[in-house]
Amino acid sequence: MLRLDGVRYRYPGATSDALQGVSLAIARREFHAVLGPNGSGKTTLVRIALGGLTPTVGRADVIGRSAPSWPRQELARLVGVVPQREDNLFPQRVRETVLLGRYPHLTLWGRERAEDHAAVDRALRACDVQHLADRWLWTLSGGEYQRVRVARALAQEPKLLVLDEPGMSLDLKHEMGLFELVRGLVETNGLGVLMITHDLNLAARFADSLLLLEGGRPVAAGAPADVLTKQIVETVFSWPVAMQTVDGRPQMIPLRQSKESRA
Amino acid sequence: MKWSVLVVVAVLALVTSVILGPAAVPLSDLLRSDIVWSLRVPRALLAFLVGGSLGVAGASLQALVRNPLADPFLLGLSGGAGLGAVVAIALHLPGPWALPIAAFLGALAALGLVYRLGLIGGASLDPRILLLGGVAIGAFAAAITTAIVSLADAAELRNAFLWLWGGLSGASWDSVLLVVLYIPIPLAVLLAASRPLDLLALGEESAGYLGADVEAVKRRVYLAASLLTAAAVAVSGVIGFVGLVVPHVARLAWGHRHRVLLPAAFLGGGALLAFADTLARTAVAPRELPVGVVTALIGVPVFAVLLRRWTIA
Repeated sequence: MLRLDGVRYRYPGATSDALQGVSLAIARREFHAVLGPNGSGKTTLVRIALGGLTPTVGRADVIGRSAPSWPRQELARLVGVVPQREDNLFPQRVRETVLLGRYPHLTLWGRERAEDHAAVDRALRACDVQHLADRWLWTLSGGEYQRVRVARALAQEPKLLVLDEPGMSLDLKHEMGLFELVRGLVETNGLGVLMITHDLNLAARFADSLLLLEGGRPVAAGAPADVLTKQIVETVFSWPVAMQTVDGRPQMIPLRQSKESRA
Repeated sequence: MKWSVLVVVAVLALVTSVILGPAAVPLSDLLRSDIVWSLRVPRALLAFLVGGSLGVAGASLQALVRNPLADPFLLGLSGGAGLGAVVAIALHLPGPWALPIAAFLGALAALGLVYRLGLIGGASLDPRILLLGGVAIGAFAAAITTAIVSLADAAELRNAFLWLWGGLSGASWDSVLLVVLYIPIPLAVLLAASRPLDLLALGEESAGYLGADVEAVKRRVYLAASLLTAAAVAVSGVIGFVGLVVPHVARLAWGHRHRVLLPAAFLGGGALLAFADTLARTAVAPRELPVGVVTALIGVPVFAVLLRRWTIA
């Protein structure tokens, strides 16, 4: 559904490439996570994948059509995005904000139809926030708010879901809950998922495939066990780690820098 | 229920404004009176249309620049229009249309300059620069205006000063007809943009991901709201607070969905300005207060109450 081929991108006026030689292919029912240190090009990759930026070299396609050439409204029927952050100018209730996800399906003058409200209800249920429907957004906890934003993206009834660091500033329970939710959507709705995250361990536990970026270049890509090796992680993140395996997935434990405290 | 109240208030505002006036017209003669038909009715209608336009322009611009304190005149139009009007007065340009046309051209010039500034970073219209550019261009035009006024003689100065505070005494059936022909297009453009405006409240990035063509929407909304304001200022001078306060009151009652909010802001703005103009004509009759004075005297206390509610919430 989403395909990047040998993408290179340089911001206007920049002296080096923000991305170089990046390829990625996401099919239905696949959960891909993009990892990398700060400034490694993760957000640029999302912008290119969604047609916000046009690659200097290479191609970015969504469902077989070049990403920048999609009209925004048509693209929004196929791809739902949960951006890293947003701030609401005016106070809004949960159901209202989720209803905004129906915009790509509405005509210029037409009202919301029964099917739009049904889609909103389904999205609220899928994210387990239906009991919050009438609450004001600003009364929600961080975890509830993220689930509501995922619900809004689901109300778009997309084939592909893109999340930019959705677990940031969430506590253990809510972060795990969010990853379980996304994994569940992949299994039950057959969604393709592209997630940007800093959390190597959760990405390794939940995603089918990882792409590790460093300085805009792909360092490793593929199954979690192939990407998250001790050697690769230590090189890319410049920090000593130990690796363990949980549920058959690699898990990284950062070590103290001094030799004495190494386990 | 809310809508019925609003419609009743709007009709009441129009009716009062036709019944009341400095000249005593008995109710029984109301429909036959020349004063009523040639002065009060067009003036009431003009006040209503101008107030409605300012309400809609204010509501849309607040969403566009993502600043709830935005007023249609904040974007430099009042400065440009004021300069145009004062130039027309200082040059003694003849005819009843000289002043409105000069004011309209002044507003258009300011609009063009601010729009150009807004595009300064390239192809994308930056609402923050629109806001800053509007304030800067407005201040620049106001400085020139003051320079001209300070060199003018006393009678001219009074005219210019009064015009700057807004007034509907120039209302005629011609001006009503002109406004009726002019405003439907920008109003329709803004109403058509109401869903994208809802999305814009989430920020430009999110709005784009939800399917809005953000650049096109920003340009359309800025131009349509500014053209509405330019027409309003041309026929009635600078009338503050309608475009600031009315959208907020409407939001409290109708929520922030522009599809509902914009019509409510139109009716509310129209009603407020019709009432304010009635007060302006009758409070110190036979003299007249500038209507901008009345809207500010009503608007500022209402606004203070709103601010208090916000800080508490």
